[in-house]
Amino acid sequence: MTEPTSLIFAGVGGQGVLLIAELTARAAIRAGYDAKQTEVHGVSQRGGGVESHVRYGQQVHSPLVMPGRADVVVGLEKLEALRFSHFVRAEEGSIHTDDVQTHGVLLVNDHEIVPASVPGAEQNYPHHALEFLQQKGLRVVALPASRLARDLGDGRMANVIMLGALSRMLELPLEVWLETLRERLPEKYREANLKAFSAGRQLLSHPEREAMARP
Amino acid sequence: MKEFLSGNEAIARGAWEAGVRFASGYPGTPSTEILETLAHYPEVDAQWSANEKVAFEQGMGAAIGGLRVMVTMKMVGLNVAADPFMVFPYAGTDAGFVVVSADDPGMHSSQNEQDNRYLARMAKVPVIEPSDAQECKDFVGHALQLSERFTTPVMMRTTTRLAHHKGLVELGERIQPQQAAFRPDPRRYSVPIYRRLRRPELEKKIESLAEFAETYPLNRVEWRSGSASVAPQPGSIGVITSGIAYQYVREVLPQASIFRLGMTHPLPSRTLWEFCQAHETIYVVEEGEPFIEDHLSALGARNLVGKEIFGVIGEYSPERIAAGVGKDFPAPSDLGREINVLPRPPMFCIGCGHRTVFDVLRQLKVTVAGDIGCYTMGALPPYEASHTTFCMGASIGTAFGLERAGHERTVAVIGDSTFIHAGIPSLIDAVYNGSSLTLVILDNSTTGMTGGQPHPSAGKTLKGKPAPKLDLEAIVRAAGVRQVEIVDTWQRREVGRAVRTGLAHEGPAVVIARGPCVRLPEMRLEERGAFPYFVDEALCTQCNACFKVWCPAITRTAQGFPIIDALECTACTVCVQVCPVDAILPLNVRSDGAPVNVSAEAEG
Repeated sequence: MTEPTSLIFAGVGGQGVLLIAELTARAAIRAGYDAKQTEVHGVSQRGGGVESHVRYGQQVHSPLVMPGRADVVVGLEKLEALRFSHFVRAEEGSIHTDDVQTHGVLLVNDHEIVPASVPGAEQNYPHHALEFLQQKGLRVVALPASRLARDLGDGRMANVIMLGALSRMLELPLEVWLETLRERLPEKYREANLKAFSAGRQLLSHPEREAMARP
Repeated sequence: MKEFLSGNEAIARGAWEAGVRFASGYPGTPSTEILETLAHYPEVDAQWSANEKVAFEQGMGAAIGGLRVMVTMKMVGLNVAADPFMVFPYAGTDAGFVVVSADDPGMHSSQNEQDNRYLARMAKVPVIEPSDAQECKDFVGHALQLSERFTTPVMMRTTTRLAHHKGLVELGERIQPQQAAFRPDPRRYSVPIYRRLRRPELEKKIESLAEFAETYPLNRVEWRSGSASVAPQPGSIGVITSGIAYQYVREVLPQASIFRLGMTHPLPSRTLWEFCQAHETIYVVEEGEPFIEDHLSALGARNLVGKEIFGVIGEYSPERIAAGVGKDFPAPSDLGREINVLPRPPMFCIGCGHRTVFDVLRQLKVTVAGDIGCYTMGALPPYEASHTTFCMGASIGTAFGLERAGHERTVAVIGDSTFIHAGIPSLIDAVYNGSSLTLVILDNSTTGMTGGQPHPSAGKTLKGKPAPKLDLEAIVRAAGVRQVEIVDTWQRREVGRAVRTGLAHEGPAVVIARGPCVRLPEMRLEERGAFPYFVDEALCTQCNACFKVWCPAITRTAQGFPIIDALECTACTVCVQVCPVDAILPLNVRSDGAPVNVSAEAEG
């Protein structure tokens, strides 16, 4: 049996990390897969880091992705992408010996949110994180999703733009994504978000980019 | 039909399907969503109670009154409910009663890491442990059947990962159990005169449950190598596991035979022993303490590998199991040495009314005994003005003790929900025993940390029905406190003055710092007809006073001016109060008095 597809979504509270994680899991279910999702929540305050794991395939056991085993780590913020970069599938070899290994991708919204509650964070923020990770050999695809979202009229839609980009990297059919978005998004925001999703897909439509991004 | 549900949502669905009629609890991560989901079912009388002991006792009454019952709480909540929990099994119940204890390995949102299977063993209560969302739903029905068959309360133990993961769940229909009428029976329900007679029966009950466990289908053996009847093959591995850890085992050791325990108390000793004998090595993989492992050791099993490699501390994960069994997997790179991976701790919300209080306490340099809620973050930078946190309601007793130990300037800080939960007896006692502590009640009309659940002074119930609003001031005065002040929590000077007055007062003093949690729907700017604030650079002198209120919505422009994020500003006005030149104005007014096009300004 092939290993399930494993994804990590990371960002800052209020960015809509959990929404796009759940939309991905639901799209996979709509496409006929088993899926599990997990997140840590509890302290419900804004401003802290948020992470969610999604796995889908014929049968999924663990809802948690192992470090070094994520096909795509979706970072809605640069520092959070860095924090979870060790989850990206980077090396050969796994627990399943009969497994064909592919390399993973770090898909990042090129956007910085300085942790407001950390003294000195402004000076110490790792602005060069993506270059650093690229030098380490990680496949990094950085997209200006927040900027594009603002251009589309609402900076908060960066998450759905990133989801659109992610949809290019996964094998789920486009109709399944669109049906899932239509079903799950409140009517008030539906059209704008469908536009954002499509804009996200277009960000990765350039052939070179796509070749680089496909796991 | 299948639905994608969290463990907690599935438990709620399971309770509904199994015909539960009454459900109670107190919010606590990771259990809160169970009752929130149950509240949507009109057939279930679901409610938040003042605390877990009250919730348990209400459930107990409903069960002996003939209704199927679910009571929910986080693991430390069961400490509060331990009194009825330890006694109820003596009487037992004819209608099904299940208490959900949501344990939190890893302490994602808890003050300790206790494993409540021990409490259940102490109470002689059977424990059911599901392993995925489907079982979260199905096991509720099994637990209620078990409860009725053995006339005993049953504990369902979940853990954070189980409660907060989502999976596909096949749904069923609701059944409608017959309601048995309450039959008064002093020999059964009265302590202590008749209780001695019940004691041997309780012992017999747990023995017959242990026998029942031997063939209980929730305890499942999955043979993949070896078998019960053959001597163990060299190198053969068997795993004994329960809960979410079962999933990690399936992931990491797909070839191993697994004994999955769906009921972890009492344990099926005979079949476990046979399983141990059939393998050369037995891995015991259980989150929390060595509850199963110690039992197996006591049976005499000598081929066990468990806590010494997997550990007792923290949450389990597939990589932790993999590392334990010596499987190779890519290790996380140690990036921290080469690049600054700044932490991102949670923080008080922008506009949170607690910020002002902790700012005042920090400046007063008093000793602060804190309590359980969002305000535990008062201990973190930049405030660092909360010095103790133990358990629900402990602030007042701790402050009392500190005062007795010579710390005269001691302040207790407690939220409204926590005060109602366990603070009231402590305040009564502080007055009675002659304390002069100052108590600040952070009255935000909700249970904030768990996401905003109503409580007795919130004016509504879990189901959204209007309810009488508990008058906190009247309670405090009735306890005998003479010095009581109610202040707007966002008025810095007022809060400071009231706390100082309280400290100076001979005898106990209470400050009620009032203001709704900014996460409540009624606090949205449009609901309040309020506008976000902005800094008028024509007036601003760059004195930096506004930065000293530590509002994360205030950052600096390239020119050095403060700038307020209009999407984040809650119009709390704390920065306005400290600006010496009145340069911070609502977005609908300019300094020259001209109205501003709010939407255009917000986008700019």
